[in-house]
This record gives sequence, C-alpha cells and structure tokens, in this order.
Amino acid sequence: MNNVRKDHLLATLAKGVRYDGRSFQEYRPISIEYKISSKSAEGSARVKIGKTEVVAGVKLEIGEPYPDTPNEGTLMVNVELLPLSSPEFESGPPGIDAMELSRVVDRVLREGEALDFEKLCIESGKKMWIVIVDIYPINDDGNLFDAAALAALAALRDTHFPAVADEKVHYGKLTTTKLPLKHLPLSCTIVKTGDAFLADPSRVEREFEDARLTVGVLKDNMICALQKGGDAGLTPEEIHHMIALAQEKTQELRRLFP
Amino acid sequence: MTYTQRFDGRKIDELRPMEAKIGVVERATGSAMFRIGKTYAVAAVYGPRELYPQAMQNPLKGRLRCNYNMMAFSGSGERVRPGPSRRSKEISLVTEKALAPLVDLTAFPSTVIDVFVELIQTDAGTRCAGICAAALALADAGIPMKDLVSSVAVGKVGGKIVLDLSKEEEDHPDGATDIAVAMSTRTNQITLLQMDGEVSADDLKEALQLAKKGCDAIKNVQIQALRDRYYQEGNNE
Amino acid sequence: MGLFVQDKDIVVPGQELAEGMDYLPSGDVIREKDKLISIKVGTVSINNRFVKVIPLAGKYTPKREDLVIGEVVNIGFSGWRIDFGWAFEGNVSLKDAVAEFVEKSADLTKYYNLGDWVLTQIVHVAGGGKIIDLSMRGPSVRKLGPGRLVRVTPSKVPRIIGKQGSMITLIKDSTNCKIFVGQNGYVWITGEKPEQELLASEAIAKIEAESHISGLTDRMKVFFEEKGITRKE
Repeated sequence: MNNVRKDHLLATLAKGVRYDGRSFQEYRPISIEYKISSKSAEGSARVKIGKTEVVAGVKLEIGEPYPDTPNEGTLMVNVELLPLSSPEFESGPPGIDAMELSRVVDRVLREGEALDFEKLCIESGKKMWIVIVDIYPINDDGNLFDAAALAALAALRDTHFPAVADEKVHYGKLTTTKLPLKHLPLSCTIVKTGDAFLADPSRVEREFEDARLTVGVLKDNMICALQKGGDAGLTPEEIHHMIALAQEKTQELRRLFP
Repeated sequence: MTYTQRFDGRKIDELRPMEAKIGVVERATGSAMFRIGKTYAVAAVYGPRELYPQAMQNPLKGRLRCNYNMMAFSGSGERVRPGPSRRSKEISLVTEKALAPLVDLTAFPSTVIDVFVELIQTDAGTRCAGICAAALALADAGIPMKDLVSSVAVGKVGGKIVLDLSKEEEDHPDGATDIAVAMSTRTNQITLLQMDGEVSADDLKEALQLAKKGCDAIKNVQIQALRDRYYQEGNNE
Repeated sequence: MGLFVQDKDIVVPGQELAEGMDYLPSGDVIREKDKLISIKVGTVSINNRFVKVIPLAGKYTPKREDLVIGEVVNIGFSGWRIDFGWAFEGNVSLKDAVAEFVEKSADLTKYYNLGDWVLTQIVHVAGGGKIIDLSMRGPSVRKLGPGRLVRVTPSKVPRIIGKQGSMITLIKDSTNCKIFVGQNGYVWITGEKPEQELLASEAIAKIEAESHISGLTDRMKVFFEEKGITRKE
C-alpha cells in the first residue's frame, strides 16, 4: 500500500508549508450568525470556519432534577452528522464519530461550566430546566470539533427562556430573560501530522492526521476538557506543547464573544 | 367567524416572502436553500453513486431516493426527537414521488441519486419548501429534468380559499383545510396532492387553480436563483 | 414559431428553446410535441438546425477517450480497479497496462500498487456507465508521482485547460509545476517547492471561482505578476 498523497502532504509540511497557505497555528476566517431559527428554537446560531459550516439550536424543557443533583438543571448535547453535509456521512442512527463529537462538545460545555446549573433549578428536587443543544454540520471541510463547540456556545448565548404558564412551557413566546451563563469554555483542536502541529485542521489534514487533541480552555487558561484521537500516540512533551498552543489560540477565539 | 383579513395581512392569493439560493453545501453534487416566510429548507443532492445493496440496482435506470428531516430545534413546539418518524418517512416518500415524474434517470443505470432535505426553521409548508429546494438542488447537480418542480400549500381557512398557509392559519380556531400541492407548471402535472380537513369539489377546483398561480410565482423565484448562480458563465468569451 | 433563445443564453430545466419542426434536439435537449425543451442548467449552443445545451453543472460522466485521474483501490489476478470519482470503479486489465509478458502468478503490485494515483484513459464505456475499461498504454497516461490533489467542478475543466492549453501552460510556466488535469475534475500538482504548488493551486481555485468573468487570461497574468512571477517566454 502506497500513500502518495499523505507522503506529499508530510513533505510539504516538513518544508513549513500548509496546503492552504496558512501558518501552522492559524485558523481559517470564522463567522458567527445568530438567530438563524428564531421562530422555532429558543436560541440558535450558525458558525463558519472557512468552508466548514455548522448550525446549532437550543430547546428548553422542564423536567425533574436528578436525585444526586436536586438543585441543578441539566444540559444535553447532540450532534448528528447529516448525510446532507458530506458524502462520507451515512443515513441511520448516530455512528461512533457523531457520538464522540457530541460527548466532546458536551464535556467542554459541562466541565467548563458554560451554564450556571444551579440557576436552572426551578424547584429543588421537583422541577428544573433541561437545556438541549442540537448541532448539525451543513458542510464538513475539517475541524467539526471546534465548529460544533463554537456553534453550541453561540446558540446558548442567544437563548432566552420561553414563557411558562400553568406549569407548561409556551413555546414561541420568549421572555426577555437569557440563559444563566457562567464561563466561556472554548475548544481548540490541534492535529499532529508527521512532525507538524496544526491548529484548525482542514479536511485533508484531518484525513491524514496521525494524532489529534481537542482541548477545552477557560478564560484563565484552565483546561476543562481533553480528548485525544487518532491512531498514533503522543509523548507528554507533545501534549504539553499542544495544550500551550490551544491556550494561545483560545485567547484569540475569545474575541468572537465580546 | 369568517376570515376576512389574514393574520399576517397578506391578500388571499399572496405568497409569503421567498428567497432561494443555489450552491449552499460545497461538498454535495448539487444543493440549494429555499425560504418561504419563516420556513427554511436546505437540500443537497449526492450522486449518481453506486446503489447498495446491489440487489436493489435497476440496470435500466437510476433510483431517486429522498430523505426529509426536521432539525430537532426546528419545530414550533417541543424539541423534535431526532431520527426518522412515521411523519418524516411519509414526507420523504411523497417528496420522492413529487420529483420523480420530472426527473429522467435512464442515463444512470444501477445508481442512486440521494436527495437530503433538512428543515432549519418551520412555520407551515415544510414539505413544499423542501420540494422547492430539492428541485433546485437536482438542477444544480446536473440531473436531467423535464421541468422544475414547484410546490405550495393552499387551503380553506375560515371559509376562504387562501394561498400558502402559515402555521397560525393551519391552527385557525374554526379549523382549516390544508392541501399540499406540487406541480410542473410547464407540463401542467400535479405530482403531490395531500389534504387534511374537508372541502367541496368546487372549492378544490378553485384551490388547485390558486395553487397553479402560486407555483408559477415560485417557479420564477427558482429560475432566478439558477440564473443568479450561473448567469455570467454563459456571457463569457 | 422558431427559436426562443440565442446562442450562449443560459437556460434552466424545463425551459422551451424552440417551437416548430425547423430545429432539431441535440445534447440535453428533448422534443415534446412541437417544442424543444432543455433538461439541464446550461448554455445554449445552436449549430445549423441543431440545438443543444452545454451543462454548467453536474457530476463528471465517463466518456470514451477522456483522460481521468484516479486511485488504485483494488488489485485482482488480471488487473486493477481505479476509483476516479464516478459511481463505479474503472477496470485496467493487464493487457491494457503492461507491454511485457506477465506470468499468471506474478505480483501485480510491482506495476501499480494500492494507493497509487494514475492519469489514465477511458477506452470503453458499457452498461450505461457501470462497466468502464481504462488503459495505461499510450503517450498521455502515466503513474503519478508524489503530488497534491485538487478537485474542481468538472464543467470548469475546459477553462482550466484554456484554448489549445493556453491557460494550463500559463500556470505551469509561472509556477514551474507539473500539472495534470483529468476530465473528471481531478487535478494533480507536482512542483519542486511547496510554495510553487500552493501558487498553482491558488491559481486553479481563482479560475474556478472567476471563470464567469471575462478576460480571465489577462487577469491570471496580472495575478502571477502581482505574485512577482516573471515567466520565461
């Protein structure tokens, strides 16, 4: 088995050049559009990183708190890899890639305390808000991890509580009260391809990645989530290097949310 | 209570504002978005590609396969549970049947042409908006078509025959009859016809004439979107 | 009666192009009763009485004698299977690949291995595109060395090649890259320096994005001049 395309990508990176001309630590242009589904969702957003495009929407429901956290609301994150967005995604129940993506975005938001869960409790042990974020790629041109996390965060920031009357949620009637947000955890994905460490991997860089590290980072550079992927291992030194890069990059990404 | 003034102030034969755009999913063979009022659909076409399992292949022509889905947050009430429902499967089927008569797949034997329709936001008329987007995506994918397919709902709200019902009209307190129509306006073929509610044969006749009028206007928007995408390429060197 | 469109007009599926029996349908145009109808998005081309539409969109469909770029994805006892982006893989039989006599039990990977990329020629299309025979013999075909793959819309391939190859020659001369263009929209770029390959891929992307604006060749010359490239004439 030859892999002339991978060999050539590695040779190009070894000379310090990325296929799209970016520097190794450079993100593609990012744009965020809010309220893309404001008639239907309590909050929504579209995020583009280069040609990668992801939409996210938030729905709120009232439920009973979990017995171990009677004073907290909860968060559900769901990513579906729509066959609409890539020839590689298949119809049917979520595959393992979609599940990993859901879990990683969930981990970044939950452990990074994007939401103030205690303020989502309506009545201790009886009623709480369930915040459900559904995330869909529209076009996959690489780095769905960061695009999905950004879209989820943007949709949460756009979310208002719906009106409640007679213990029922009145969908379509939003109040002026926004979701209780706490921190701003951001996701940064670095891939290792050959000897190169690349931020915001493009599709071809993901295709030939050796190892991947998604890092959730808070404002004070605390790390709130980690997910290592790819078939190759990473040395501790490499991991520290990738985390330092992620810390640097998320400081830049933070400007997206003034 | 008669329905004299529409909730959103439209005339009885007036469509909601529309927007169509070609080429919204870069990785698809063809794609388009279609928005009417607050109903917002995206469609992508992949193929022709090999149909699996091979036993399903037709050596005489390709197969058209449609899949309609509402994003979980796109409903007007609670979150829509992800995954296929009886409703979404039926709409997938009627979408396929609405497009198939105008699509000629004899050039692509043993293949499948996949059409994926996603609703990002809904306010009634979702299957119609999906069909409008899908027809454009098929054209953008270079699939041979004898005509574009245009689609709109007509119906009876508070005793009046109206064009392009909104969700509020569908939920009219006196009840509403909702008729989803798709047609090829050039060949004058109706390819989708579904109705909820009741209507007299005379009213149906009037409603279908109104649907034709609506589809003519929608088709103009569809054609303009295709021209906007490709216009200058022809006027060139 | 007569024509409803002019040469090079943009038309859409279902559009009536002509009425009456004076005109005859050609590619991607059908006759319904006394009317000629376009079945694709494309530009009208009128040649005497024949009216055809040249599609502006769509997937590449294999045609005999086309050169295409693809990857070796399977090796059998008597040949290779090539994925070139069509719905079905193409087949290169031993006799269409190797001139010398090959023993039955020979290891075919020494000629073409899995993961190799080739520029190959379609020699036979049957079964409506399900059976594609490819050849690796002839002056134009070859195994491709290390390089980067760029995909473009197949309908843009003629613009990237240009009249008598003028555009692709301009890019090659300006970047010192070897560039192979498959009719399937796959472009293979190999240069000595990655910066030159990047420039070539940017030029191709620019042509794909701006092929509808006139004066493309001049603009591409300016593009290279602005990048500080002086070509060897």
